[in-house]
Amino acid sequence: MPRSNYDYPGYERSGTTYWTKTTLLYAGVIGGALLWSLPFWWMLATSVTANPSAASITLLPSNPTLDHYEALFSTQPIGKWFFNTIVFAGSVTAFNLIFDSLAGYALAKVDFIGREKFFLLFMSTMMIPAMVTLIPVYVFLAKLGWVNTYQGLVAPMIANPIGIFLLRQHFKGMPSALGDAAKIDGCNELQTFYKVYLPLAKPALATLGIYTFIMTWNNFQWPLIIASDDSMYTLPVALFSVRNQFFTEWGLVMAAAAIIVMPVILVFLSAQRYFIRGMTLSGVKG
Amino acid sequence: MADTTLTDVKKRFESDGNDVVAVDELSLDIEDGEFLVLVGPSGCGKSTTLRLIAGLETISDGEIKIGDDVVNDVKPKDRDIAMVFQNYALYPQRTVRGNMSFGLKMSTDLPDEKITERVEDAAELLSITDLLDRRPKALSGGQQQRVALGRAIVRDPELFLMDEPLSNLDAKLRTQMRTELQELHQQLGAATVYVTHDQTEAMTMGDRIAVLDDGQLQQIGTPMECYYEPANQFVAGFIGSPSMNFIEGVFVDGLIHLDLFRYPLTDEQRAAIESEDSNSVTVGIRPEDIELTDEDGPRTVEMDVNVVEPMGSMNLLHLERSGVEITASVTGEHIVDESDCVRVRFPADRIHAFDRQTGAAVFNRERSADRPPGILSREEVPSHGR
Repeated sequence: MPRSNYDYPGYERSGTTYWTKTTLLYAGVIGGALLWSLPFWWMLATSVTANPSAASITLLPSNPTLDHYEALFSTQPIGKWFFNTIVFAGSVTAFNLIFDSLAGYALAKVDFIGREKFFLLFMSTMMIPAMVTLIPVYVFLAKLGWVNTYQGLVAPMIANPIGIFLLRQHFKGMPSALGDAAKIDGCNELQTFYKVYLPLAKPALATLGIYTFIMTWNNFQWPLIIASDDSMYTLPVALFSVRNQFFTEWGLVMAAAAIIVMPVILVFLSAQRYFIRGMTLSGVKG
Repeated sequence: MADTTLTDVKKRFESDGNDVVAVDELSLDIEDGEFLVLVGPSGCGKSTTLRLIAGLETISDGEIKIGDDVVNDVKPKDRDIAMVFQNYALYPQRTVRGNMSFGLKMSTDLPDEKITERVEDAAELLSITDLLDRRPKALSGGQQQRVALGRAIVRDPELFLMDEPLSNLDAKLRTQMRTELQELHQQLGAATVYVTHDQTEAMTMGDRIAVLDDGQLQQIGTPMECYYEPANQFVAGFIGSPSMNFIEGVFVDGLIHLDLFRYPLTDEQRAAIESEDSNSVTVGIRPEDIELTDEDGPRTVEMDVNVVEPMGSMNLLHLERSGVEITASVTGEHIVDESDCVRVRFPADRIHAFDRQTGAAVFNRERSADRPPGILSREEVPSHGR
């Protein structure tokens, strides 16, 4: 049994109770893991099944094939959609890291009149449902002529109150004496930020970056609204159009779905340590 | 090198819509090469004063001069100062070398070789050469302390500012570092302003100490002046450990009527009190100045021993009579029990008196100019002596 809260002096690692608890624990963990990974496996299995049907679930295809992937790449502008999604998720992530960290730093460490009120103002925007601002934002961007453009896709998401809150809390936990020392050493406010505090915020920045990337990659609603033709579609929106067009072609749909989720899964798996640590440190729930 | 002067410096903070005065019309003159200690209880404004000198806070009123220049609006980096912080404030992501060279890189045009040379010289001075490539988290508290000092030293400033730099160290290391800091100060020769709440540090390290309370300067003087000739009751109570005993009384007919007894004064003491407007006084006497005696007399009183605190070299006796509680420090060899009643004498030349309304000293104890036995004259010093 792994080290846990049960692992204290006097705890017996033998006997019926211990083995029953251990067996139940492992059974629960393995069962949960299987349950959560089953849809992904099903998606992958269906995408390589020759003639899948919505009526039956095939978990182990007898003759695996990549036909659906080939069909998808030959009939749909997958490359363009993939590029759009990369631009969308990458830009939003980069802008969030820049603006959220600047705002978080200012709200945590820079002394200015009304700082706490500004913070409350930022936080209060979290209480407004995204649906409410959807139309005004669209109208605003339409007036700028940004509908069906990359800037229109990215602009409404360049900063995020959750990210600002996360980084503000992180900066607030760092000693102010570091900033004082930096100022005596000759740094101005901006240099204090990026030479002293920002490198110390790497775990929080990693968490925010991964979180933002995943959320933006999977974002369906905003790209659907701002993109008026398939040249500006991102993968989740494109998946929707693939399903509409080929609603009986489950193999094609699942191949597209696999292409969408793979980068996200890879990003998460490669940085899950930072992600989980950042989430538990900040108390922000995903 | 030149003096640093604070003239009527005031610092107001706004807290919940109210103005809080942290430093109130403080005037100080820090002489070139001097080690000045700012001491006082928590919240007295000593750290704020240091931050005002450093330029980390803006002053609300008054003037700060470093040398001949008024620096009220000068940035910290341009004030020719270096500061050592209570928690060291070392940059965790940089090595010791990086920490020490950062200030020079940011604020000077020195070539890299010159910076390296200065960092290595400072490291050698502090015996931290072997730590130069480590990061702060790999250092002990004492080593971090040295690095923080090194970071200050490499800048070769006109004024060192130290904000309780020893308070995070254990007692033994603190004593060691205290001596090292003094030696370092003598070697470097730059003026130092040192903030502490620890009066032992203040007494042992400072050429002069400035005692602050509630943002106001209570007294500035040598440690001995503050100890023997406190300007007021606050300084008398703050400097010295255990602190001075205070007993309230009224001056009538040449005697001070205390709750314990009627205390006769000397002619000089009487004249000092008579020149005051009020006859309400507080008598002060340090625990070490109270004597145990067999002889009854006008300045003796019998008191019950409540608690005995054996300290080794001395015993602290907590005495009580008629609701008045005082502490006496007697030699540790004396065996005193908690059920004992003792006769104590308040020697005439050891007592202080303070105006009860203003707290200002009316008179202080006499200070002997005699030197102790055992000091040899120049002619008597044997050849191996010096």
